[in-house]
Amino acid sequence: MIDTPTVDWLALSPSVALLGASGVALLAAVIVPDWMRKSVAAGVVLIGFVLAAVLAGVVFDETPTPEVLLDGSMVRDRIAALTQVILAVTGAVVVLASWAERRRDNHGEYYALLAAAGAGMVFFVSADNLMTLFLGLEWFSLCLYILVALDTERATSLEAGLKYLIVGGFGSAVLLFGSAFVYGATGELGFAEIAAANPTDDVFLLAGLAMILAGLAFKVSAAPFHMWTPDVYQGAPTSVTAFMSAATKAAAMVVMLRVLVTAFPDQSEIWTIAVAVLVCISLAWGNLAALAQRDVKRLLAYSSISHAGFMLMAIAADSERGAEALLYYLVPYSAMSVGAFAVVAVRERELQRPVTLESLAGLGWERPFYGIAMWTFMLGMAGFPLTGGLFGKLFVFSAAYDSGDWWLVLIGVAATAVSLGYYLNVVRWMYMRAGGELRLAPAGGSPPTDPALGVAIGAAVLVTVGSFFAAQPILDAAADAAASLPF
Amino acid sequence: MLTTALILLPLIGALVVAVLPLPRTTTAGLAFLVALMEVGLWIVAASRFDFDEGGLQLGTSREWVESLGISYSVGFYGFSLWLTGAAAIVSAAAIGYAMWVGRDRPRAYHALMLFLTGAIVATFAAQDLLLFYVSFEAMLIPLYILVGVWGGARRQAATLTFVVYTMAGSLLMLASVVAFGVTQGTFSLLESGTSDNVWIFLGFAVAFAIKAPLFPFHGWLPLAYREAPVEVAAVLSAVVSKTAIYGFLRIGLPKFPEPADDLSGVILVLAAAGLVYGSLLAFRAPDLRGVVAFSSMAQMGLITLGIFAFDDLGLDGAVLQSVAHGLISASMFLLVGMVEHRCGTGELTSLGGMARGRPVLATVVIVAGMIALAVPGSATFAGEFLIMAGVYDQGWGYSVVVALGIVLAAMYTLRVISALLHVKPGSAVRDEALDLRPGELALVLPLLLVLLVLSAWPALISQSSFAGSGAAQSIVEAFR
Repeated sequence: MIDTPTVDWLALSPSVALLGASGVALLAAVIVPDWMRKSVAAGVVLIGFVLAAVLAGVVFDETPTPEVLLDGSMVRDRIAALTQVILAVTGAVVVLASWAERRRDNHGEYYALLAAAGAGMVFFVSADNLMTLFLGLEWFSLCLYILVALDTERATSLEAGLKYLIVGGFGSAVLLFGSAFVYGATGELGFAEIAAANPTDDVFLLAGLAMILAGLAFKVSAAPFHMWTPDVYQGAPTSVTAFMSAATKAAAMVVMLRVLVTAFPDQSEIWTIAVAVLVCISLAWGNLAALAQRDVKRLLAYSSISHAGFMLMAIAADSERGAEALLYYLVPYSAMSVGAFAVVAVRERELQRPVTLESLAGLGWERPFYGIAMWTFMLGMAGFPLTGGLFGKLFVFSAAYDSGDWWLVLIGVAATAVSLGYYLNVVRWMYMRAGGELRLAPAGGSPPTDPALGVAIGAAVLVTVGSFFAAQPILDAAADAAASLPF
Repeated sequence: MLTTALILLPLIGALVVAVLPLPRTTTAGLAFLVALMEVGLWIVAASRFDFDEGGLQLGTSREWVESLGISYSVGFYGFSLWLTGAAAIVSAAAIGYAMWVGRDRPRAYHALMLFLTGAIVATFAAQDLLLFYVSFEAMLIPLYILVGVWGGARRQAATLTFVVYTMAGSLLMLASVVAFGVTQGTFSLLESGTSDNVWIFLGFAVAFAIKAPLFPFHGWLPLAYREAPVEVAAVLSAVVSKTAIYGFLRIGLPKFPEPADDLSGVILVLAAAGLVYGSLLAFRAPDLRGVVAFSSMAQMGLITLGIFAFDDLGLDGAVLQSVAHGLISASMFLLVGMVEHRCGTGELTSLGGMARGRPVLATVVIVAGMIALAVPGSATFAGEFLIMAGVYDQGWGYSVVVALGIVLAAMYTLRVISALLHVKPGSAVRDEALDLRPGELALVLPLLLVLLVLSAWPALISQSSFAGSGAAQSIVEAFR
């Protein structure tokens, strides 16, 4: 008789809720009659995401100190729970935003995959050894590969899916290879055990660390591991892009923080430099390349690369303050990112073609709500006041300055200055083109009304602005969460 | 509470104006009403303010982000209350002018103007470094749209240079804010001590120098002042530029006494250069707006001379001059707008002879011009004299430059007056171009009346800006 470890179902419940929703949605794709398939699938998955968020909140509330679960494969702690809340809320907003998306007949599959990907991410962030980490990574990545290629009638979607599959597969392989090196060097898989084994300056351990870092950098799309990002973000269905840009990045960032801090504390002098290098390259590359983009989804993709740079700056600080800054940053960033892609989706549905800067002309005047929302997201991403984007940058800069990386602050400031070039350009196209250009391109008939999308964008605006005024409660939660990491 | 009300009233007004689907004129009227209420509220605040007592008054403070020591902390000192007053009056006049002209898309326009007003007042009231940064930056959001959407033909270039310049400064300031706040452990201006870090000071100084603008950071000024809607240019030159002055007075000098002293030589030379250079550019400018714009730059140099004189006379003069220049430059810009509205151009070569048959316009322009060129007896003369006397201790050469500035001001102002009112009627001046309407007069006249009161009684401001033991003392000690 093999001893079975006791299972902490509460800790697993967010993941289980999403898996359950995914299963029901998948069944709905077969059983439920055609006309109500979409409503059932979307409804169930929405409930799943909301339930997951609530359950993760309960876990957060009831886990003052970290607990290792399932024989050291998972950990129940506040940093995981807080990230799960962010992921699940993001997922719920994406479900609302994708309600009116036109697709042929794969609604059930779409929502099922979305929930499954969410479940994978929720699992991923609570991983406590290299095996569960890889499992979680592959779990949500496989779902995303299919989601990206889901619009089979669009060649770009298929192309994006293939690219993501190949590059993502490569990234996963690098991560797995690195894990093997680390296991070889230490004989351990658990993060804390790796740190305890501590074979200092072992070449294989360092090689493994570098490869794990690179593998995760693929997922957070930090330059120079970002090559897939613009193409995939552009080609994927816009709601999937929204989900990836916010949720994948959030999950991978938190996991990167956890792995580096818990498994490699003795190598921190090395990896802080490596992360700082990633910061510089991401900020430079992301911002400069974004300046040249005409396609809004590509522009936002490069912008997300530069945001990866800002978030990595918080990791490079290697301090509790940095962890707080990162967790805070994720809240407004997720909202702005999902919201911005949702506004792009509005325009895309009207025009039935890819959204360029030109096709945003006049949007601000003819769709005041979406215009102001997009304005808010762009200003927020640029770090203007009255949005959480400012505090995100401020906290990250403070953490970096506190750790003595004042030069990173200066680079971040310079990058922000460059980023204004394209963020304000979007605002300029929406509001300031001359005469005829200000007329919206004809979309054929009146625009489709889409209350679900309006609610999604409204929620994103609320979080973006709310995280500015109510920064303290979020920061408190982030501080509680950061306390569960061993700094 | 009163301070918070002063900040929130225009912001709430902006929201109401933006959301309520009212007809054009009602929207504009509502915005104007809010702006007038703001002036009224300021008068209430001023009446409750004890000018003989130093220190912060009408203050409110609430925790915002405790873990970093950021708070919503507002209140007024004597000098910031005066600056706020000028802001409220100028904003009301500007919004009134926009109503008179009937700007397109009135809901958006007036909401942005009110938002701008709220942000300016918040900047003057901020007693927390981060709140200051937030308000300072928040001014840029409406300005960007106001110039970019309602501006002249080259508005896109104007907004671009304006935003690039100001954001470059603001982001340097953000780096300084982070560095200062983290080292001090608090962002509150009331609780933090002083710093002797030259680099942090420079971050602030450059941001303020760009916003003012001081020579050589004035690259954005000509385009922005020419292409902005005229009442936005009025607000920009009259009050937005004064937020830089507030920054120097509230942050630059009290928080960085040593760096400010070390660098005062450089700043004084640049300010003096800006005063002369701006005046010369104003004398050479081919159009009305150019003259007012560059004269504004010259005046900012003058005010900076007063601040970095580091003595009572200079600081008192700087505040008096800030208020006086705010009012006069706003009236000048509005008058420019009225002339441009009639003639369709501000080119001096195609204007002229407007005094004939337009007595009210001529009288108002002459009065405004006399105050602008600091004729003895005017409020501006009092300010300039105080600055000239104050800066003498830093070197007699600076006083000579100030005197030269007064002469140059007379030259460019008289040039404009004669080119506009006298000589032969220009090609753009048609006989049908009417005299000032009562509505227009009602916008400019209050500004000029306040200036005349200040001319009769400049001590009203100069003796109540820094209470207690003199300005230089209080700026360093009372603010800690």
